[in-house]
Amino acid sequence: MKLKKNIATSESGFIFNPATGDSYSANPVGSDIILLMKDNKSIAEIKKNITSKYDVDDSQFDKDYDDLLAQLRDNNLLEH
Amino acid sequence: MKDKNKKGDRPRYTVAVTGLNAIDSPGPGMAVIRAVREAKDYDVRIIGLSYEALEPGIYLHDWVDKTYQIPYPAAGSESLFARLEYINDIEKIDVLIPNFDAELHNFIRLGEKLRKIGIATFLPAMDQFEARDKVNLYAFGQKHGLLVPADRIIYKVEDLAGTAKDFGWPIVVKGKFYEAVVAQTLEQAQKAFHKLHAKWGLPIIVQQFISGSEMNIAVLGDGKGNTISAIPMRKLYITDKGKAWAGITVEDNALIDLAKKFITATKWRGGLEIEIMLSVDGKPYIMEVNPRFPAWIYLTAGAGQNQPAALVKMALGETVEPYTTYDVGKMFIRYAWDHIVNIEEFQKISAFGEL
Repeated sequence: MKLKKNIATSESGFIFNPATGDSYSANPVGSDIILLMKDNKSIAEIKKNITSKYDVDDSQFDKDYDDLLAQLRDNNLLEH
Repeated sequence: MKDKNKKGDRPRYTVAVTGLNAIDSPGPGMAVIRAVREAKDYDVRIIGLSYEALEPGIYLHDWVDKTYQIPYPAAGSESLFARLEYINDIEKIDVLIPNFDAELHNFIRLGEKLRKIGIATFLPAMDQFEARDKVNLYAFGQKHGLLVPADRIIYKVEDLAGTAKDFGWPIVVKGKFYEAVVAQTLEQAQKAFHKLHAKWGLPIIVQQFISGSEMNIAVLGDGKGNTISAIPMRKLYITDKGKAWAGITVEDNALIDLAKKFITATKWRGGLEIEIMLSVDGKPYIMEVNPRFPAWIYLTAGAGQNQPAALVKMALGETVEPYTTYDVGKMFIRYAWDHIVNIEEFQKISAFGEL
């Protein structure tokens, strides 16, 4: 899954969709994941990065990652 | 380019502007003035043209150098011309930018006479102006392949029920010049009909309701079919009168293409605002076309396409190249401000019609 190319993100977790004018705030974990997605990292690379940085196991990561993707999809922030 | 009144290296133009009512449902005048004052290659002296003594712009002397009251549109174009002749004898106006829907008819009619006394305008032709009128918009959309919600022009409150039956609830009940009410029931629709009838007269326009997100585009056409600027904006904060109190520029090529299609079809001369409803399935419906700059027009200057400043140059016969880029994510947040005024100033504008 890829973020739309024009989506603007910042390290503070601010996400801006220039096509709609909508903006969102992500928590630190969400923000890190989104920045890694923006860098075109694979899901394996993202998982490795997040599980080493935060106290979270693989299954919890998978669940949270799926939740985040669902939210991004619902808000039309992912490529179709 | 005129070189009269040169100040430094830049020419200085006298620009007259209406719409000084910077209130909760603001006229575009102050935003136009602010943008024109930021023009890079000329200076301006601003002449305000007001209708009422309490229009805030009259008293904002840092922005408006001198204000004259002008007759209401209902007084007719001859009465307006006589007043403008008097003002022009004193001020030598180079460009006049009217900003109210209701006054445009008179200013368009006077275009040639104004030009003969040295006042340039940059307005659409009367047929262009009429084609985008609420009353004709659906037919206009059909003709040019633009999506416009179905509508019906009605003169009697009894016609509401049948129209709603055809369109399905809710319906949008719109005044001839301004205001629209989304009515969920016949009772609400009847109430809206009577209110808008009393305020703006007949006919009343009943429009099919389109659900979606509202976008607005400020557009400037050169009168030859070229789009000089098109800036799409999404309202972020809307007042109870439906006016944007905050907004943000967005990047949407489909909206810009729509604006260009409109300008190509009409060869529109001057500024306009296209109100769009992006339906849930992403189709852009034109809800309304306002034949003048919107009150949020200063955002175009903030985003890098100063439409009022470009309009002044085109009115004076200069060629302006179409803008190609603008800042996406540029926001405006409007604010209200209590301006303190001495009674003597109010007396002057009230008694003499000048300040």
